[in-house]
Order: sequence, then structure tokens, then C-alpha cells
Amino acid sequence: MIIQALAFYLFAAVAVASGAMVISARNPVHSVLYLILTFFNAAGLFVLLGAEFLAMIMVVVYVGAVAVLFLFVVMMLDINFAEMRSGFLQYLPIGAAIGLVLLAELVLIFGSWVISSEATAVAVSPTPPLSEMSNTEALGRLIYTDFIYLFQAAGLVLLVAMIGAIVLTLRRRDGVKRQVISNQLDRRAADVIEVKKVPTGSGA
Amino acid sequence: MAEFWTGYALPTLIMLAQIIGVMAVVLLSMAYLTYAERKVIGFMQLRMGPNVVGPFGLLQPFADALKLMIKETVLPTGANRGVFLIAPVLTFSLALVGWAVIPFNEGWVIADINVGILYLFAISSLGVYGIIMAGWASNSKYAFLGALRSAAQMVSYEVSIGFVIVTVLLVAGSLNLSDIVRAQETVWFFIPLFPMFVIFVVSALAETNRAPFDLPEAEAELVTGYNVEYSSMAFALFFLGEYISMILMSAMTVILFLGGWLPPFAIAPFTWIPGVVWFALKIAMILFVFLWVRATLPRYRYDQLMRLGWKVFLPFSLLWVVLTAGVLVAFDWLPA
Repeated sequence: MIIQALAFYLFAAVAVASGAMVISARNPVHSVLYLILTFFNAAGLFVLLGAEFLAMIMVVVYVGAVAVLFLFVVMMLDINFAEMRSGFLQYLPIGAAIGLVLLAELVLIFGSWVISSEATAVAVSPTPPLSEMSNTEALGRLIYTDFIYLFQAAGLVLLVAMIGAIVLTLRRRDGVKRQVISNQLDRRAADVIEVKKVPTGSGA
Repeated sequence: MAEFWTGYALPTLIMLAQIIGVMAVVLLSMAYLTYAERKVIGFMQLRMGPNVVGPFGLLQPFADALKLMIKETVLPTGANRGVFLIAPVLTFSLALVGWAVIPFNEGWVIADINVGILYLFAISSLGVYGIIMAGWASNSKYAFLGALRSAAQMVSYEVSIGFVIVTVLLVAGSLNLSDIVRAQETVWFFIPLFPMFVIFVVSALAETNRAPFDLPEAEAELVTGYNVEYSSMAFALFFLGEYISMILMSAMTVILFLGGWLPPFAIAPFTWIPGVVWFALKIAMILFVFLWVRATLPRYRYDQLMRLGWKVFLPFSLLWVVLTAGVLVAFDWLPA
């Protein structure tokens, strides 16, 4: 038990510390690297909770794909960091004020929030215990059997967003030469090469 | 005290011993993989390969390692020091941690976790960070271009590797690597899933940045790309990491498609040979294909590489996932 507790405090402390570094690091590439460290520690916390499938998916999706693209974009940006930081103190009071207002609103809303007892009952044990079913299987049942329509609807929303992004950015330019692989593979030597015998003295 | 000894200390010591054992074997195989590569490509090109250091040049890998160790580590002036130094360490350690879940034989595995295949997939998708960090921190345009190419390439091919893994685990009915091997006792998966096997091997070449997909380190245009600014042990760590992840991807191919530690036929002369030997033999076979391909094929053009990943492999593997799932449901062959 004590090792689990130690591991929890290690992961949690590193996650919080690197989370703080994400917003305070001077170099945006370092920020993204700290963000990756945060994701990693979150995955570690999932493992401690016994949610190993979620932990692995977290690493595959967030660390392996999303953060790579973040890093990709941030590395390509050409920003003068000193200039970007110069107004920091000047805007600090306004930023802090907005943060406080949001916090106050959240406190007001959650203070008067009543959660129905049915919802809590479902939330407490949405899946059968680990001894009966591995949590990969339990999650699969929930997503693909019990809530398949909601899952499909979420997929549709993402699909629409994706199509929207493509439509907005797609432009056809004239005069661009494109490679058509099937045409290239169709070419035969007989169609394009002609071998001629040139008699001596008559070529030129 | 006795409880502390049996509950914590002893398991930790056993696990440490296992880890050191696996690491020693992996590092030794990696050393001889470089030797095998030079010999195989040498013979394919009618040369001798290394033959001076030791009998048949067998001590060549150690001579190379010693040379790299006693060289000076150079830090470029404009480099981002921290990231520059972390990148090779990250590459090397990521290549090693994947071995934690590899079953070498029935029950011979350090951590027999439920989601073993996902863990391997996650670790192999992290490999890109070492490269992209090295390329950025070097503050050199060749290194940066190499890193960008590598990142785009690895992200593209991971998608089809993901679908290949989905088909395999549909057929095996488990994410545990030992269970996946046991599911192949009747027939190895490369027979029913042959097209996926081909896609997986090709994607493994692309994922490990090997020829013909070694664009991140194309000598002719990028002077070896992301690791151009590295010297001595820092370079050696990249080199080690790259070859160890080659062996890891081969081990993954063997576990997913070639029946892991299982003998080809479960009859007398084959079953006398221990499973770990079969496992090593199969890995060696896949690694030979890696080397053979490198000696045979010219490098791809970058846009063709991307086209192959997104427009050929991705739709095909997606189709095959649907087809496999359909067949399994239609004939009621789903594993329990």
C-alpha cells in the first residue's frame, strides 16, 4: 500500500509542477514538453486507479499524436519571446480579475447544484468490478453496447467538424502538376520509346 | 521485518535481476545486429564486410562501441542544452522499456499486463519525441528538416499500424501479448491475415526510419538529418535506440503474426526445441528481411511515402478491419 501512496504522490506532484511550468516556461517549446510530461503523469495516475486502458489510450492519443502536432506547430512559429512577455505585468490585474470572476461564478453555481440520486448511483459503479471483467471489456460494453447511439452521434459531430475544416481550407489551384500513379504504371516502353536504326553517315 | 523482506525487497530484487537479464540480452543482440547488417549488406554487394577485428571480425561491434565512448561530446553553441542532452537518453530508454511486456516464452515476461499490445503501441509512438527534440535543440537546419520529416512520417504510419493491431486483437480476443500468442496455436495469424502482415512489416520499416523509408536521415540531402550535430556517446545512444527499436518491432511482428514462441508444427522434433529459441529465430528472420530490404531498394521520394501511408495503407487497413469484423460475426467465430 505504501508504495502505491508514494507513487501517487510522485505522479501527482510532478503533474502539478509540470502543469505550472507549462504556463510559466519562457520558451513555448519547453511549455509543450512540460505539457507532455503532465499527460504522462496523468496516465500514471490512471494506472494507479486500475484504469490501465484509459492510461494507454491517454498516452497513444494525447502524447503520441496530439502533442506531436502541437510541438510541430510551435517549433515552426517565429515569435520574439521577449516582446511577447513585455506586457505581462501590465495585463496581470485584468487577467487576475477575470479569473476571480469566473471562480466566483463556478462557486455560486456548484453551491446550489443538486445532483439526482439516480445519477450518483450510476456514477458510483458504472462498470462491474475488476474481478469479474477487465476494464477494457467493461468500457467496450458501455461504449459499444449500452450507449452505442450516443457514441455514434459524437462520431458524427466530429465528422462534420472535420468536413467543415476541409471545406474551409481546400482550394484548387490551376497549373499545378499532379502525379497520377496509375497513368505512370500504365506506360509501356513500346508506347514511349522508339528504337531507330540509323545508317552510318545519314544521321544528323 | 520479515514481511518487508518477502513483501517488498525480494520481489524488487527478482524484478531487477529480470530487467538486467533482458537488457543484457537485448544490448548484445543489438551489437551483433550492427555486425550482421554490415556482413549481410557486404555479401549482397560482393564485399567482405568487417573481417579484421577478432575472428571473422566478430569483435567489431565492441571496437566501435569503445571508439564512440572515448570520443569527445560536442555541444553546439546555439543548442538548447537541456533538450539537446535529454533527446538521446529518451530515445534509448524508450527503446528499452518496450521489452518489459514482451513474452519470450510461455510465462517468460517481466510484466504480464492486460493491455500489453496497447502499451507497446504507445511506447513505439513515443519514439518520435527523441528525434523531434534532437532536431529542434540542435539549432541546425539539416537536423530540423530531418526531425520534421520523421515526425510526419511516424505519425502517418502509426495510424495503419493501429488498424493492423485492431484486426489482430479482434481475431485473438485479447490485448494481452501472451494470450495473443496462445490464440495462434491452431494457425499463425500471418496466414488468415496475410495482407495485414505485409502492411505491418512495411509500416514497421517506416516507423523505425529504415530504408527504403529512411528519409529523416537521407545522407545525400540532409547529411544524416536529426543526429548530425551529435557525437560520441550521445550519438551512440541514438544509434542504440534505433537498432533496439528495430528488434522490438520485429519481436512485435513475431508475436502478432508469427506465433511468438510456438513451434511451426506441434509435433516431436519441433517441440524439442525450447520456445525462446523459436522466438529468437523468428526475430532473426524478420531482421534479415529489414537488412535485405535496405540492400535492395532505393529510397522513396517524400510525397510518395506520404501517399503510400495515407492513401493506400490507411483505406486498405480500414477496409480489412471491417471485413474481418464482418466475417467473425457472420460465421460466429468471435473468440469468447
